[in-house]
Amino acid sequence: MAMTLAEKVFRAHLREEPFPGTKVLNVDVVLCHEITTPVAINDLVARGKDRVFDPEKIKVVIDHVTPAKDTKTAVQGKILRDWARRHNIRDFFDIGRNGVCHAIFPEKGYIRPGYTVIMGDSHTCTHGAFGAFAAGVGTTDLEVGILKGVCSFRAPETIRVNINGNLPEGVYAKDVILKVIKTLTVKGATDCVIEFRGAVVDVMSMESRMTLCNMAIEAGGTSGICMPDEVTLEYLWPFISSDYKDKGAAIADFRKWWSDEGCRYSRVLDIDVSELAPQVTYGFKPDEVKDVTEMEGTPVDQVYIGSCTNGRIEDLRVAAAYLKGRQISPLVRGVVSPATPRIFRQADDEGIIGIFMDAGFCVTNPTCGACLGMSNGVLAPGEVCASTTNRNFSGRMGKGGTVHLLSPAVAAVTAIEGKIADPRKFKKETI
Amino acid sequence: MKTYGGKVLFLDRSDINTDEIIPAKYLTEISKEALKPHMLEDLKMQGFDPQSPIVREAKVVVTRANFGCGSSREHAPWVFEVNDINVVIASSFARIFRQNMFNCGMLAIELSEGVIEELFEHRAADASIAIDFEKDRLTITSAKGTKAFTYSIAEFDKALVKAGGWVEFADSKY
Ligand code: SF4
Repeated sequence: MAMTLAEKVFRAHLREEPFPGTKVLNVDVVLCHEITTPVAINDLVARGKDRVFDPEKIKVVIDHVTPAKDTKTAVQGKILRDWARRHNIRDFFDIGRNGVCHAIFPEKGYIRPGYTVIMGDSHTCTHGAFGAFAAGVGTTDLEVGILKGVCSFRAPETIRVNINGNLPEGVYAKDVILKVIKTLTVKGATDCVIEFRGAVVDVMSMESRMTLCNMAIEAGGTSGICMPDEVTLEYLWPFISSDYKDKGAAIADFRKWWSDEGCRYSRVLDIDVSELAPQVTYGFKPDEVKDVTEMEGTPVDQVYIGSCTNGRIEDLRVAAAYLKGRQISPLVRGVVSPATPRIFRQADDEGIIGIFMDAGFCVTNPTCGACLGMSNGVLAPGEVCASTTNRNFSGRMGKGGTVHLLSPAVAAVTAIEGKIADPRKFKKETI
Repeated sequence: MKTYGGKVLFLDRSDINTDEIIPAKYLTEISKEALKPHMLEDLKMQGFDPQSPIVREAKVVVTRANFGCGSSREHAPWVFEVNDINVVIASSFARIFRQNMFNCGMLAIELSEGVIEELFEHRAADASIAIDFEKDRLTITSAKGTKAFTYSIAEFDKALVKAGGWVEFADSKY
């Protein structure tokens, strides 16, 4: 029977079906950070079940508030650190080596085609960019994942989104996914995975594919998914070269996960992006999206470039190309947070950090920080931020604040103008 | 098993997200009790006051579509739990929130928009809802009268509620 990628991954990982419609899957990787894991650890300890199913399959990072900003966040870090040591979890990234979870774990090569991945974080859907089934879960599911290496799911339906045409200048993966969310609405993909296909995705980098998959949850989706291909292979090759005779063998192996011709989709959406304008959110829901031309001129107090959506090297390069040789508006605070130490180093080597600093940006260490309003750029009531993050919920970046979601290109030119601006009207420099 | 049912808090809005249910700044708490005063603190809904008596007295929430969207934080069910709200009734839920509810032994009951509308008709009249877990039935009572509705919960989710949550269920089984 023709199957989707998600159905194949479910079949390959099925532990049992305890009740009709519920699948308990074996999990390949359990990812952890310091916000949702310490509560799980404490609960396991309280239940007398302080065990882990396999320390090699658990990957841990401190990323949301790092360095710790107060006693409470220091305690969260300590609980995680002590636990990782006690259970011999070696893939633990602490300060100096830590970065935003959905950027650093792929960078380390932990996510592979056909994998099942869970984390106590809704943007875990990002990792589906590698042809994996990757889903955010709550603390209890995380606890069971840590303890038993299993997770329960309802078998998801698949929505196929074909992204056709050619991306115009100044328009990026972020604009595409905002457009997709606008079309699907914030609940249009609930209990579904979103499969991103089409000519535009075929030529996208892994970074761009991660940007697409990252926001699948904003349409309610369980996981974003891309087919694992040559682009995936090149990204993963340093980590998998010893597993295969050659690249051809790896591609053939990847290929077996692809959705079959004739498989069942619950919905197929065709989006031609050739005429797409840069996209910007306006209200407090990620499906409240307009063309940048309708939002131009909206004053902002802060511009934030970073997060698991758009804090990767490609994003920093784009922003820097607009910022090079320019100054940001004196009315705007610019904050940029490279998502991982490697990205930070690479940006520094390419002169990008210098460009940001010359333009007047504050460059922070890799962390989630302002994205969820916990540190490093919280808004005052009534303030507005142009942000490359993924959530514009009321109060997300600070009580009473407003967030407009947009691409790194829109963020950069907005910082220059002090109000939302259209990157298509600006010249990009070579960096 | 927990106790289910009691006074109703009506939240007349769709897409209420978990940041509104419990803001991120309280995620540094590692005890559920500490979340208690902050339930629905950032809810953006005309005329809503998180300190009003009904918010404190309610045992059941009735709301619209896509309840609990956004962040995966289980702090959202927990803040309801420590405020003695063990039942949320909506026309639809976000997946992670729905599963978190059952994983904690709480009820996320999905009903059609029409039935939700009927429940909302009792809003002005000091309503309460009784739950018969074994019979999959709920009864709303208010000055407007009494009416019963049936609902359905996935067998797996029912088993979790009976087992006292997913950790005990999974640890004994896998
Ligand atoms: S960057 Fe923002 S959305 Fe991404 S994991 Fe961190 S807090 Fe969550």
